[in-house]
Amino acid sequence: MSLGAWVLFAAATAYLIKLAGYLLPQSFLDRPDVHELAAALTVGLLASLTVMNTLGKGQAVALDARLLSLVAAAIALKLRAPYIVVVVVGALAAGLGRLAGLP
Amino acid sequence: MLKPTPATRMGLSIAAAVGVYGVSFGALSVAAGLNVWQTCALSALMFTGGSQFAFIGVIAGGGTGAAAWAAATLLGVRNGVYGMQLKALIRPPAKLIPLMAQLTIDESTATASGQDEHDERVRGFWTAGVGVFILWNLFTLVGALAGDAIGDPGRWGLDGAAVAAFLGLLWPRLTGRDPVAIAIVAAMTTIIALPLVPPGIPVLLAAATTALWWFWRKRRTA
Repeated sequence: MSLGAWVLFAAATAYLIKLAGYLLPQSFLDRPDVHELAAALTVGLLASLTVMNTLGKGQAVALDARLLSLVAAAIALKLRAPYIVVVVVGALAAGLGRLAGLP
Repeated sequence: MLKPTPATRMGLSIAAAVGVYGVSFGALSVAAGLNVWQTCALSALMFTGGSQFAFIGVIAGGGTGAAAWAAATLLGVRNGVYGMQLKALIRPPAKLIPLMAQLTIDESTATASGQDEHDERVRGFWTAGVGVFILWNLFTLVGALAGDAIGDPGRWGLDGAAVAAFLGLLWPRLTGRDPVAIAIVAAMTTIIALPLVPPGIPVLLAAATTALWWFWRKRRTA
């Protein structure tokens, strides 16, 4: 198979995986237990994505200017800053950290 | 649809922070040996960043198309979990599901999950999903055409913006002991898993430990 064909095949597979989750019956997803588990998974998912974006570098952990972003964003959230301000503060912290020579 | 609400603002912020990284993908993909059309097809059709980077990473390393397919597919498994999660949260009408499935990625799922009301979840999903789709594809094309001339978006602190964006979604959920415990379990799992397994898998493992924790709590309190 040519590279172009593998591109299309991999894209089709990715779509079918995405679709598969939606094919579970709504009656199953409406059970109170499933709702509780979904709420727990939401927290776990967001925590994991936060850590991955802070420390992940390919298949490795890297400590760099993104840690400043995490701390700065946490302070902004503690001070009840609006979401967009939190995001900008995160970008500024990493940008300034790199200007100061951090990786 | 796009009246400014907390969910649409979150969706747009996260789309801006993440979508621009399409430029890195576009440049790396062409450097890996894919042509501009194949590069753009990955962003438009596969549309899940982790899998796309895995696909071109294998090709760049001299791997076969089959190996690239396997790596991309493995990293895409979490999107199936997201689909389940989104169906439970949003209860979408059947006719929207084929389109929603294509937009089911980390960012749209996170933005929808970060809201408390049904309508806000729906707005969050679509704003983040469509926003990332447009920017990711646009910047993929820019990166594919311009190559390395543009440089790393990390220089402008955009990777820091993504960190803040996800923390900002998590923060309001950390009320009470259970959510904090879950967040710690998931965070620790992710840290331990990061160096051990390919990118994209730590999130799945974190979901698994979260589910185990939940079952254990359930049994103890029952």
